[in-house]
Amino acid sequence: MEFFVTLIQVLDSTIRLATPLLLACLAGLYSERAGIFDIGLEGKMLIAAFFSAAVAAVTGSVWLGLLAGIAASLVLSAVHGLASITFRGNQLISGVAINFLASGLTVLIAQSWFKQGGRTPSLFGGGRFEPIEFPFADAVSDVPLIGPIYSELLSGHSILVYVAFLFVPLTWWILYRTRFGLRLRAVGENPAAVDTAGVSVVGLRFAAVGICGILCGIAGAYLATALQAGFVKEMTAGRGFIALAALIFAKWRPWHAMWACLLFGLLQAIALRFQNIDLGGVVIPVQVMDALPYILTVVILAGFVGKAIPPRAGGEPYVKER
Amino acid sequence: MEKMPKWADVVLIPLISLLLATILSAIVILAIGEDPIEAVNLMVTGALGSTYGWGYTLYYATNFIFTGLAVAVAFHARLFNIGGEGQAMLGGLGVAIVCLSVPWPHWTIALLAACGASMLFGAAWAAIPAYLQAKRGSHIVITTIMFNFIAAALLNYMLVNVMKPSGSQDPATARFPEAVHLPSFQSLFSTADNVVFRGAPVNITFFIAILACFAVWALIWRTRLGYEIRAYGFSETGAVYAGISPVRITIIAMLISGALAGMMAINNVMGEAERLVLNSTENAGFIGIAVALMGRSHPFGVFLAALLFGFLYQGGAELALWTQIPRDLIVIVQGLVILFTGALDNMVRAPLEKLFISLRKEAK
Repeated sequence: MEFFVTLIQVLDSTIRLATPLLLACLAGLYSERAGIFDIGLEGKMLIAAFFSAAVAAVTGSVWLGLLAGIAASLVLSAVHGLASITFRGNQLISGVAINFLASGLTVLIAQSWFKQGGRTPSLFGGGRFEPIEFPFADAVSDVPLIGPIYSELLSGHSILVYVAFLFVPLTWWILYRTRFGLRLRAVGENPAAVDTAGVSVVGLRFAAVGICGILCGIAGAYLATALQAGFVKEMTAGRGFIALAALIFAKWRPWHAMWACLLFGLLQAIALRFQNIDLGGVVIPVQVMDALPYILTVVILAGFVGKAIPPRAGGEPYVKER
Repeated sequence: MEKMPKWADVVLIPLISLLLATILSAIVILAIGEDPIEAVNLMVTGALGSTYGWGYTLYYATNFIFTGLAVAVAFHARLFNIGGEGQAMLGGLGVAIVCLSVPWPHWTIALLAACGASMLFGAAWAAIPAYLQAKRGSHIVITTIMFNFIAAALLNYMLVNVMKPSGSQDPATARFPEAVHLPSFQSLFSTADNVVFRGAPVNITFFIAILACFAVWALIWRTRLGYEIRAYGFSETGAVYAGISPVRITIIAMLISGALAGMMAINNVMGEAERLVLNSTENAGFIGIAVALMGRSHPFGVFLAALLFGFLYQGGAELALWTQIPRDLIVIVQGLVILFTGALDNMVRAPLEKLFISLRKEAK
């Protein structure tokens, strides 16, 4: 029974920790499916985390915070779009630059506004996303097996968690069942064909980068206003890169992205709860759990366990006349 | 005929990019209610106004020369090595093992061994991404990013569980023995009645960094291997036609790159900290990207850009000491430099090319 309680708790925290990964991963999915590599997910999440917490702290409204976070993330998306689409620069270098800009700007502005050593004041009340209780969650919590699953695992998360998981079928539907999705995928594989069909490559790619900005904004806002109560320096802690890893792990597909993010979330949850794991004499140190998402991604990239093939035109700026 | 003269490409474009980055940084400083001119004054006096300031500036520059050269060598083969950070961490591990496990009689021998170990460990950490890129086509940018995180976890494990002296709380190795301490500029250049570089961390590694610049220059422009690396970077199909093996060049270029990044550890681990601590690289691996872009992947350019970033780092620290501007301002400047010299290169280049073409027409 104790094992079951622990399991539910670990899975519960898996969902919490997988949510920012999932949002960022889907963000990257739109961008990379349209042929724009984005290693600036981390930076966009970070700047969104700061602005959402800052605005929520000042206004007391978490919804205004969310909007501010999305807006900040979109500004960096615009920079990325300008560099990699309009001026046909190197998308990877642009992503690196965006990560640095976000890392520096957040601390600088936080220090200037709040003078608390690069953090925002702690959020409380309306400044945070509160957990949502499902109907009858209290009533059924005593029912064996199903009770805890319903009232602990599924109920009691903030609204952004449910939004993130709803985005998975939505993304699948957009990508595979709409005209926009078809064109988006086409522009990542063969932009010249899309251009010949009379559809704007630049427009599609900017749209994709924009969606990526919005999702990164939600991810950042979730970190600062739901998972934690306020912004602290470098609070994304490499999540943007884990999301990137999950995206490769999922081979750029929405449903697989969800499972990859849940897996990486589970690893984080286990590392958080157990530190060093003793498996009958063999001790797995916590650092192995920290490194596992990256190791798994390298293994997948190496193609020994199914090959991860990125969108064909990924990373290449589109030039009309050759 | 070229669109514009070479000097414009090599000198003018980086300078304009730097100017744009400076203007934007000044706006940022203004926006948080500080005086940019006063800030520049503080930075100049703090970083260049005394031998102490120079001592720090040159210390940081030494780190950045190594990581900048590392990125530059990879760039010549058109490989983007973001893994300098992890390779430098592993270099530190190599230096620490060498310094702690052998009772070295004199620092000169220890330095040679540490050079070898740092290069070996750095290169080894670059070897797997290099192999995967060359043989399996795994994108080197992604794999080197992943290896940075794996390196951080590995170092964390080694320091906390293996190399930490028993009884210590600090996740760090024991201090290196007295015999392997490298001579600092203070001990090299001070006279009895005039102490210079007092307490500054700059040490003999600075000269090794300059040697590395010459070595990379000779390698890239004066050897057959360097020619092959450049040819491969210029056109892969052309290189293959000329009988150059892409697998071989990719792996060799990355091994050299990793070895250079690893060598940074001589400066920060053996020269400064004299023990291995967590996060000893302090993002120098990433600054190498800015340095290589700014320096146009040429060793002399890398040297100048490293000096500039050394100045920014020391100046930024002084700024944080005397004003409300946190040290993170430098991270913004770094981001802007990468943005303008790397990603927005065409934005600066296109108008300049137009200008030179119209000038040339008028001259005719």
